[in-house]
Amino acid sequence: MIGRDEVLHVARLARLALAEEEIEPMARELSAVLEHVERIGELDLDGVQPTSHVVASSSKVDVTRALRPDEPRPCLPREVALAQAPAVSDGGFLVPSPQA
Amino acid sequence: MSAEVLALSAAQASAAIGAGELDAGELFSFYRERAEADREAGQEGLNCFTWVAREAPGKAGTRVRETVPHWPDTVRMHESAGSSLAGVPLAVKDLFCTEDAPSQSGSRMLEGYTPPYTASAVARLREAGAPLLAKTNQDEFAMGSSTENSAFGPTLNPWDRTRVPGGSSGGSAAAVAAGLAPWALGTDTGGSIRQPASLCGVVGLKPTYGSVSRYGMIAFASSLDQAGPLTRDVTDAALMLAHMIGRDACDATSLAHPQQIALPSAERLDGVRIGVPAELEPEGSSIEDGVRRCFHRALALAEELGAQVNTDISLPHAPYGLSAYYILAPAEASSNLARFDGVRYGLRAASSSKVEGATDLLDMYTRTRHDGFGREVKRRIMLGTYALSSGYYEAYYGRAQKVRTKIAEDFATAFASVDLIATPTSPGVAFALGEKTADPWSMYLSDYFTVPMSLAGIPAISIPCGLSDEHARAGANGAEANGSGLPVGLQLAGPAFSENKLLDAAHALERAIAFDSTAAHV
Repeated sequence: MIGRDEVLHVARLARLALAEEEIEPMARELSAVLEHVERIGELDLDGVQPTSHVVASSSKVDVTRALRPDEPRPCLPREVALAQAPAVSDGGFLVPSPQA
Repeated sequence: MSAEVLALSAAQASAAIGAGELDAGELFSFYRERAEADREAGQEGLNCFTWVAREAPGKAGTRVRETVPHWPDTVRMHESAGSSLAGVPLAVKDLFCTEDAPSQSGSRMLEGYTPPYTASAVARLREAGAPLLAKTNQDEFAMGSSTENSAFGPTLNPWDRTRVPGGSSGGSAAAVAAGLAPWALGTDTGGSIRQPASLCGVVGLKPTYGSVSRYGMIAFASSLDQAGPLTRDVTDAALMLAHMIGRDACDATSLAHPQQIALPSAERLDGVRIGVPAELEPEGSSIEDGVRRCFHRALALAEELGAQVNTDISLPHAPYGLSAYYILAPAEASSNLARFDGVRYGLRAASSSKVEGATDLLDMYTRTRHDGFGREVKRRIMLGTYALSSGYYEAYYGRAQKVRTKIAEDFATAFASVDLIATPTSPGVAFALGEKTADPWSMYLSDYFTVPMSLAGIPAISIPCGLSDEHARAGANGAEANGSGLPVGLQLAGPAFSENKLLDAAHALERAIAFDSTAAHV
């Protein structure tokens, strides 16, 4: 079961503000889902390798050479990259001061 | 004229255009007007679309401005993909980035966002000749099984407007079922193509993980997300898939598919071994009787066509699939959705939009994310953050990745004795709006049969296999329904890269089932 303090701790990690009235339902709903997912605790998984690329680990297709050469290439023009930003200043993204 | 155009499948329309019997511009205008009428009707219509193109492209398949210089092979379609798509317009799920058209992933967080580049899958289809018709409604960030989690209102099921179309690609499925688009692109993370295809009576295919580039798809769970077609029939699904697959330098997890996708031609299933897993009963609920009847009828038809149906196979870890999925997918989502912070694009909370003032950076982040995300998305971010937090990682994420390995091994063992595996696509037919929103796990259970294939990365297709007569159908505006019964989907799954075998078997069964895919046209 997840309690109020744990919900607030996780919300802080997730950078998510919760209104007072959202906290209790969140605790209840997370607890209910966790009760279901914790069923995987029943399984004996000693020595089982975790999956990374699901197809690569189960077929003969080669995914080991997926990296491209580390060479410079063109990227988004600055004005295009900034065009959708909520606030810009001097050719950069504008954000509130971390310690206002 | 218009009834004749509407009756054409995408492949038929493409052939008619190629033969000079149909004009691509007229076809585009025909569907554009149908889609626009639904969009203008808002919640009075089906609410399939979040955006509809204003005009036909000057020339079908014309390349639009590319702001981002791609790697050379990014937009190059598969070399030998066969015939061109000849101007058959395409509806695209909202979460695909499309230059010059809003791409909002069903979220307030991205309301009005217009990306500076186009997703590789959409670009390849456009290069092959399929112009962008519309963007389709979806559950927010693809999290949901009913399209009720969209910030732009729910999409309704064209078979019965009091019911959901499934999700998360509900707008795409409903648009194809209603004849508002010839075909549509969706994405599937745990069933988001197959389940809405099932609930709307259309075909939906989730390809082998990695065979279609994820570049430009607004990410949900990157180790599971995969793009695929929603179409009226199996041939259309093959035609679209043929033009989507291939390695893309912009997606390092994409793979070169070892086969070209061929248009299916099989009419028989002689020698095809179809396995039905023993683990068919979901925990805490069961398959509806009407679904079970349609499923067994489809298996009987498969046997008549020459298939050997083997009910002796087992996927012992499949019943744990949903549990593993609801650790893995939220964990990956919590990481992917960290990018929505009010800095580079999308929403910034109004209360902190002024830089000068009492608010600081952390406050801006947390308020923006509070205001921008809907309830289900917040729940999954919290769940994923919890599962990844210090002290819990091994018990949740680490174990879930091992369960995933066991599920993939179960499939490998099963495929040693059968060619394909059959299940119902979803335990039930389309459910009523609001029926499952209060209890998240009851909603999650509608993906019980689709999640294991996603975890194993293998291809799976849903085709309509009949109507369940268990539920009465409500007609439009409370009128008497025209006919009765709701669509049921049959899921067929095969080993990685077995798309051709899957499409052939689905094609033969589709002919035998003879489902009327135009019955819900509006």
